[in-house]
Amino acid sequence: MRHLLSASDLDLASATSILDVAEEMQQVQSRPVKKLPALRGRTVVNIFFEDSTRTRTSFEIAGKWLSADTINVSAKGSSVSKGESLRDTMLTLDAMGVDAFVIRHPSSGAAHQVAGWVQAKVINAGDGQHEHPTQALLDAYSMRHHFRSIGSDGFAGKKIAIVGDLLHSRVVRSNVLLQRTLGGRVVLVAPPTLLPTGVETWGCPVTGDFDAALAEADIVMMLRVQRERMAGGFFPSEREYAEGYGLTEARLAAMKPGAAICHPGPMNRGVEISSAAADAANSLVLDQVAAGVAVRMSVLYHLLGSDEGAKQ
Amino acid sequence: MTTSSGSLLITGARLADGTRTDLYISNGVLADQASAPAGVERIDADGLLALPGLVDLHTHLRQPGREDAETVASGTAAAARGGYTCVHAMANTDPVTDTAEAAEYVQALGERDGHCQVRVVGAVTKGLGGAGLAELGLMAASSAGIRVFSDDGRCVDDSLVMRRALTYVKSFDGVIAQHSQDPRLAGPGACCHESEYSGRLGLPGWPSQAESVIVARDVQLAELTGSRLHVCHVSTAESVDVVRWAKARGIRVTAEVTPHHLLLDTPLVSNFDTTFKVNPPLRTAEHLEAVREGLADGTIDIVGTDHAPHARQDKDHPFDVALPGMLGLEQALAVVVDVMVNTGRMDWPTLVERMSAAPARIGRVVGQGRPLVVGEPANLVLVDPSARGVVDGAASASRARNNPYHGRDLPDPVVATIWKGGVTYRR
Repeated sequence: MRHLLSASDLDLASATSILDVAEEMQQVQSRPVKKLPALRGRTVVNIFFEDSTRTRTSFEIAGKWLSADTINVSAKGSSVSKGESLRDTMLTLDAMGVDAFVIRHPSSGAAHQVAGWVQAKVINAGDGQHEHPTQALLDAYSMRHHFRSIGSDGFAGKKIAIVGDLLHSRVVRSNVLLQRTLGGRVVLVAPPTLLPTGVETWGCPVTGDFDAALAEADIVMMLRVQRERMAGGFFPSEREYAEGYGLTEARLAAMKPGAAICHPGPMNRGVEISSAAADAANSLVLDQVAAGVAVRMSVLYHLLGSDEGAKQ
Repeated sequence: MTTSSGSLLITGARLADGTRTDLYISNGVLADQASAPAGVERIDADGLLALPGLVDLHTHLRQPGREDAETVASGTAAAARGGYTCVHAMANTDPVTDTAEAAEYVQALGERDGHCQVRVVGAVTKGLGGAGLAELGLMAASSAGIRVFSDDGRCVDDSLVMRRALTYVKSFDGVIAQHSQDPRLAGPGACCHESEYSGRLGLPGWPSQAESVIVARDVQLAELTGSRLHVCHVSTAESVDVVRWAKARGIRVTAEVTPHHLLLDTPLVSNFDTTFKVNPPLRTAEHLEAVREGLADGTIDIVGTDHAPHARQDKDHPFDVALPGMLGLEQALAVVVDVMVNTGRMDWPTLVERMSAAPARIGRVVGQGRPLVVGEPANLVLVDPSARGVVDGAASASRARNNPYHGRDLPDPVVATIWKGGVTYRR
């Protein structure tokens, strides 16, 4: 694998391999000494043009536990304002001999553009409203764990309802693409103003009826709804949003037996998710965070671990 | 800036209507070929078409202000390579062309550096700010003799300001050339056509109706005021329909389409290549079909290039941040030949009307867009209708390299361009 820019870069074999190796990586997390030597001598630069706590930290830990030299660069604020183009910023760092960039950027497509410019490998850690492939992988990892825990295996036929601000969400785009590969059946739920143009071509049912989708869902994935969207007039009030599209206590009670809750975080308790649902026994939210490190270790290993250079 | 040599005899050319003729040029005008002296310099135009020099109503020359992207010299050299003998320099320079003095400065640059005639476009509002009118009357009365006014790059979105501008320019036969973009439906972040592509790519889109709602308002304001409205770079099927309706009503509206909106479509942005970021954005197939039909049936009067050179550093940004715009002067004729003529949708006389005669009329340019007959100014282009080639963006006369046709197999029609009797380009 040259880069991980989109969940569509993964075929079934490579996606499954990433999830399987992530299982092994998670074993390491329970050891007293968590370090593996796999990426010793490799340099991974986490360059974040947008704030992120969990993704950046999780990539940093993942790199360190694999013994890579991990450097965090906070590049928040547009490079335009610094008078430097994105291309120049990235070429400058690339010239220092970086093996991989983990890039987060507020603009859709930034990771794709960077991959065309630099020698290093590029992992997309979220680009604008486009994609977030490692989030989709850790979601899949958590779901797979959950399915196994209830004596079921595989994604085939499983119904995954993704609910909320689909328009601005990179998480939903990557999940739709990855589940198309893994075999899960995604149902999209959103108010009409938060549906992306052309969502009907994504190959998933789309509905505004959360309750109907909830009744059948094996996984209910709640997306964060940002408060500025309300200011933008996408919906009238938080109350109305929660009423139609929030995972309320009543909806928590209406979930199918064995169904579980995902949320990519950070959560707006009381808006898209009630506290009761966030902290429920069938909430996978903290499992997702733990899975984030293991999955990102696996991704780094798949991109850098098998190279000639990795063996020094 | 021309290699003018007094006189020139072009032999064996065909005119747009198919007539075969020799053209004798003397002192910058077409003269009686019987009067050509024996040893006169000749161009053998056997197998070539001789067309009136092309006229572009929509050109960004970037001077003054962004001479690193383009200058009057480089932009008009690109124009000459594209078969143009006249371009209209848009007002969104730095400083903005919103006073008589600024207009006369650009006019002087054109006279000094131009490889073709440079007509100056004045801003509609001060500083392109969309509020107070620029000095329209003084610009019209200046030595630049401005007749075309445009805030291009921005829409005159305030209905009242638009009404006043239309009313005001009527007294000196001016025309308001509008960049039609509703700033609310297509805000500053909107960077591609709102479609399944924008949805999948997560790029903020602008719907085709953000253009046509402004066109619909403006044609009604043109009817109200009795003034001339020109709709820049029509890119959508809905706008074509509105203009067709307005023309049927007798409203004084003209419309323009760019070469890129005739040929290039939305999927080209799928790799986030900022070369293909342009405003209005590249649209989908049904819109391309509509603007082609509009150009063929005359709903769309002209092809205007919207030649928009940008320095590399202004394109090497994320897609939503990179500046919009693409080159057009050098390949405009190639695109129109490819899309309209070679497909049988348009004949050569109609191409001359759309790319030379009509833009000259709209801009009230004297001595351009004229038939190639004795006594007319010698502004013409020699065209090889069958030549093709792969476009090499690096071979451009423009200072910029944001050429969306780079690597594309296209007609390569321009053999020579002659302005005021002098050869400004020869292959």
